[in-house]
Amino acid sequence: METAPTPGKDVPPKKDKLQAKRKKPRRYWEEESTPTATGASPGPPAKKRNQEFRPQRPKNSGVSKKSRISRTPQVPRKARDQKKPQRSLSGAQDPFPGPAPAPVEEAQKFRRIDKSKKIPHSKTKTRSKLEVAEAEEEEASVRAARSELLLVEEPGFLEGEDGEDTAKILQTDIVEAVDIASAAKHFSLNLRQFGPYRLNYSQTGRHLAFGGRRGHVAALDWVTKKLTCEINVMEAVRDIQFLHSETLFAVAQNRWLYIYDNQGIELHCIRRCDRVTRLEFLPFHFLLATASETGFLTYLDVSVGKIVAALNARAGRLSVMAQNPYNAVIHLGHSNGTVSLWSPAVKEPLAKILCHRGAVRAVAVDSTGTYMATSGLDHQLKIFDLRGTFQPLSARTLPQGAGHVAFSQRGLLVAGMGDVVNIWAGQGKASPPSLEQPYLTHRLSGHVHDLQFCPFEDVLGVGHSGGITSMLVPGAAEPNFDGLENNPYRSRKQRQEWEVKALLEKVPAELICLDPRALAEVDVISLEQAKKERIERLGYDPDAKAPFQPKLKQKGRSSTASLVKRKKKVMDKEHRDKVRQSLEQQQKQQQKQEKAKPTGARPSALDRFVR
Amino acid sequence: MNTTWATEDLLALSQQEALVDLPNNHPVSASEDELDSDGERKHQKLLKAISSLNGSSRWKLTERSEASLKISEFNVSSGGSGEKLVLSDLLEPAKASSSLDAMKKQLYRVKSKKILGLPLNKEEVKCIRREIAFNQTSQTLSKWDPIVLKNRQAEQLVFPVVKEPSAYAPIEYVFSGWKATTPLEQEVFNLLHKNKQPMTDPVLTPMEKASLKAMSLEEAKMRQSELKRARALQSYYEARARREKKIKSKKYHKIVKKGKAKNALKEFEHLWKVNPSAALEELEKIEKARVIERMSLKHQNNGKWAKSKAIMAKYDLEARQAMQEQLAKNKELTQKFQVISESEEEEGNVEEEPLVSDVNEIQMNGDVTNPWMFRRCNSDAKENEIHKFSEVKENERPVAEEEILLRDFEEKHSLKEASELNHNGAPVGSQEIKESNCQEVLSELRVLSQKCNKESYHSRKQKVNLVGTALQVQREEPTPGEEEPLLLQRSKRVQTQEQLGKEECSQNEEPLRPVLEREQMERNLCNKSVSRGKKKKEQMIDLQNLLTTKSPYVKSLAVPTAIEELEDEVERNQKQMIKEAFAGDDVIREFLKEKKEMAETNKPRDIDLTLPGWGEWSGVGLKPSAKKRRQFLIKAPEDPPRKDKNLPNAIIAEKHNIHAAAHQVRVLPYPFTHHQQFEQTIQNPVGSMWNTQRAFQKLTTPRVVTKPGHVIKPIKAADVGYCSSRSDLSCHTKQYKTTL
Repeated sequence: METAPTPGKDVPPKKDKLQAKRKKPRRYWEEESTPTATGASPGPPAKKRNQEFRPQRPKNSGVSKKSRISRTPQVPRKARDQKKPQRSLSGAQDPFPGPAPAPVEEAQKFRRIDKSKKIPHSKTKTRSKLEVAEAEEEEASVRAARSELLLVEEPGFLEGEDGEDTAKILQTDIVEAVDIASAAKHFSLNLRQFGPYRLNYSQTGRHLAFGGRRGHVAALDWVTKKLTCEINVMEAVRDIQFLHSETLFAVAQNRWLYIYDNQGIELHCIRRCDRVTRLEFLPFHFLLATASETGFLTYLDVSVGKIVAALNARAGRLSVMAQNPYNAVIHLGHSNGTVSLWSPAVKEPLAKILCHRGAVRAVAVDSTGTYMATSGLDHQLKIFDLRGTFQPLSARTLPQGAGHVAFSQRGLLVAGMGDVVNIWAGQGKASPPSLEQPYLTHRLSGHVHDLQFCPFEDVLGVGHSGGITSMLVPGAAEPNFDGLENNPYRSRKQRQEWEVKALLEKVPAELICLDPRALAEVDVISLEQAKKERIERLGYDPDAKAPFQPKLKQKGRSSTASLVKRKKKVMDKEHRDKVRQSLEQQQKQQQKQEKAKPTGARPSALDRFVR
Repeated sequence: MNTTWATEDLLALSQQEALVDLPNNHPVSASEDELDSDGERKHQKLLKAISSLNGSSRWKLTERSEASLKISEFNVSSGGSGEKLVLSDLLEPAKASSSLDAMKKQLYRVKSKKILGLPLNKEEVKCIRREIAFNQTSQTLSKWDPIVLKNRQAEQLVFPVVKEPSAYAPIEYVFSGWKATTPLEQEVFNLLHKNKQPMTDPVLTPMEKASLKAMSLEEAKMRQSELKRARALQSYYEARARREKKIKSKKYHKIVKKGKAKNALKEFEHLWKVNPSAALEELEKIEKARVIERMSLKHQNNGKWAKSKAIMAKYDLEARQAMQEQLAKNKELTQKFQVISESEEEEGNVEEEPLVSDVNEIQMNGDVTNPWMFRRCNSDAKENEIHKFSEVKENERPVAEEEILLRDFEEKHSLKEASELNHNGAPVGSQEIKESNCQEVLSELRVLSQKCNKESYHSRKQKVNLVGTALQVQREEPTPGEEEPLLLQRSKRVQTQEQLGKEECSQNEEPLRPVLEREQMERNLCNKSVSRGKKKKEQMIDLQNLLTTKSPYVKSLAVPTAIEELEDEVERNQKQMIKEAFAGDDVIREFLKEKKEMAETNKPRDIDLTLPGWGEWSGVGLKPSAKKRRQFLIKAPEDPPRKDKNLPNAIIAEKHNIHAAAHQVRVLPYPFTHHQQFEQTIQNPVGSMWNTQRAFQKLTTPRVVTKPGHVIKPIKAADVGYCSSRSDLSCHTKQYKTTL
């Protein structure tokens, strides 16, 4: 994973190879003649590098069309020490003097310990433990920040020529501008026969399964366009969903839930889940969440084939569902304008949010679990903050309202209205999409029935009444994938190994809660109860602070009177501290009240009747 | 043993003597005094009673009158005299005979020796032995304490313990025929060459070897003891110094001081002879001390002592003398030195007085670097000037001050007025206002108020109530200047509200302050000024706002085909909107109801323990009195405020997730006293999913590493560096065994 930064580190391995043909590999001591050049070691020019990259990994359609779609000049990723290394006796010098640079600012984002929390005063032993934990955290975060260097891919993007609206750029323009491999990712399947399609990408983003309303179910490797299976289930298909790998997928059919393998063979028919309308798969818990017409939210553990929980939402037909990828909480949209949040461990919703005046039509949650987009019958599209406040951050009224919404990995929001798809982008990765100006728009040949961004590819899959369209959305997906987690290029063997590992690391279903960090907290309630019981059992509090015992002093200073005096002194001090604290609190409260009081209004005689 | 025998012999001897004596003292035989004995006894009793009357010796040892019992077999009785027998009495007769000298000596020795105590009983002996043994063992074992501590604190222990290689094989042996190629290697060898370090055979110089060998335990102990001694000596010295300092006797101190001064003088003279240059330096030091003393106010007859002496001087000769001495000293110290440079002496020129005095003052200083002296002479010159100026100024001051005050006041007043008028209005000079007549002021005011009102109108268009006031203001504008104050007040108030709004907005540090909320806030302000409704009402209004706020309409480039025809028909759209808005009223009410119910059900209930009919009448239609109910009502503890208390559009369940809690930590591990502390240590994830490989490996290093197939032997003293501790322990155990 990690290597010490060497001069050849910035450039990818392939590049090294190319250089190797021209020249012998140079050792660091041979660079005596050009000391300053080695210090900075800038990468090759950005453009050239991209050209070299593309055949190697034709991933993101970071396109350059004429001049209006351009890449920003690449800044050297690491600002190395620009200091001139000290000259030594022999004239040789260390090209990278000192320890490896520690990127402090970058490390900040890997910090886990919340230092804003105030900790009660701790003893030396405890403090040393805290210090050790802190040091470990710092080291780990610095290492993580250093290894950011290995994420060589950059997200693609689309830029208008001065002031040109990117929404005006058509798919055909983009396809023209990008390389062939990326252009091949734009395609549409004309399947008018079997009605509106639902689609689903596998976790690695390599496979695509889709099911038409009239029973057409197919799965394919969409990059190579190799069909894995195609069947007709002779029944209405409501939804389709890949399970943990591309070998299994679940299909919600008219009556029951079925599970097929990649050959199209029916493996299971789950009759406990009937009349399912929507499917969601929680990859880390191996749970298939199903929302049914009967109003039940059922969690099926696909690793053991057990139903973990069947929760009655008590809100009628359930047809809107989304999962929060951050904490695996299921969001259900209801006809009374509320969105409820569910966990299999709790029978009641964790939270209920009133979002719209009409029924909720679509819900989506972004990959960081910070924002939720909802659209309702009142033609509004709203973005909510999920970090505890559940307040709308921005809202737009759309013509006809959005029937489907989806978030991409990098936070792009797509909404399907009728036969049009609108995409909004935010400023950065962690910012919510600004609904002012659409980033891209596209008109389809039929009404939109399903939307999903493909993971790790700048591609949006749209299932509509006329078939399936795969459109290019530059900058939608995460450019760097974790090869051990979701590897699009994995072989069968690798997949099998990953499966075993993932099963070993399966998270229990009952751990799903709103704030997953809360699991790393001590269960204060039971802790306090145990303490109380212990005190009752012993008859005294063993942890209580011992009363002050004055030290024995010599030369008559330990007389009874002086002992009493000293005791009193300590007592008085404690008392004074208490009083001071309470006074401060009072003052603060007063200030708050004064602030809250409206200053402008004059007191009227009728105020006394105001309750 | 010999001595005891001797004493016994002696005792026997003395008894015999007593036996011999007895018939002489009491010649009465048993047969003779049969008749007399009664009378004699009576007589003795009488004597005793008489003597007891005296009170001198009320208590006497009961004497046995029988002769046979008077002479004890084992003890020496001292007869009826009541005196104790002393050894010296017994020895007196032995004085004469020289043959008993040896014995006498022995006896004296016995006398000087202490008597041996009884041997303790077995249990106690055992106890003591155990204690001693424990102490010794713990002492020997305490040597291991640092090692144990080190091992406990070590992040990783590797077993079997690998001994450090004792000898370093020189690198030349390892790589024969190896050449230094890289600059680093070359440089290293270059350095070695230069410093004449051994290149090949003995890699370590003897010095290095010696230093490598660690200090032995004995050496360390020696060193420690030495240090201890030095410390002790120092502390003694300090204590002595402190004690001497505490001595209150003035005479003593005087003597000490004088002695010191004498010594110093002597030394100085000696130095003068031996090393004149050093003596000069010393002299300079003395001079400096003098200067310092002169600069301080010592010997100025200001002290307590000097004052008291001054009073006493009239009557007391000694005091007068002391006073004079003091004065003389003062004079001596304050005397100016006439130091003239050599060149000046040669020339014999006498410069003008002021210059000389200045120079003197500077030079007298001794060291020229002292900044104080420079400043002083400069300041002298300045002082004069200041005096002159101040005199002049003092005349002018009252006038100037008044003027300044007036001007300030005016300015402030004008500023206030300007601010009252408008914040945007250009600051008007005070004089201008003064000069301008009333009419002009009024016209200005009017213009400004108009401006301000317009602005406020623009900014607050949406707000109904404020629009009303603004309109009113506009209508009133043409009226003449009599109503100006009212107008001004209004406009000011509008502005303050605006400011308030701005302030609150600026207080929000969140960059992403929702548009809705801002509007809502403004509305809240209006609401507050209009009426303070109940909290519940406000919440409802909030929610209404939240859902009914008009969000900007998106003009998309591509509009769905179905809608395209309708798009221009805005009216229709709005109608639809209104319809939908009204249809949604129900939704909000239901939601609020649900929220309220949720809060009610989760609230802890009060417990009512009143018994109807207890102490008062009960029956149908009779309720227990309020006082009684209050008395027997156990109030439930107040819950912490609900999480969704301030969130109008959300219901957050307060239920504790039991299943998740089963996975949480319930018991705080040892050193932690608060759960926050422990939480902070477990916040950092350990798994490889969240860490780089290296970090993961470091975080999960095993505490103990063992080599498979290797015997882990117990630790030895020699391994750690204690040469003798092991033997100590074994010795001790042996000893312990023998003693037991």
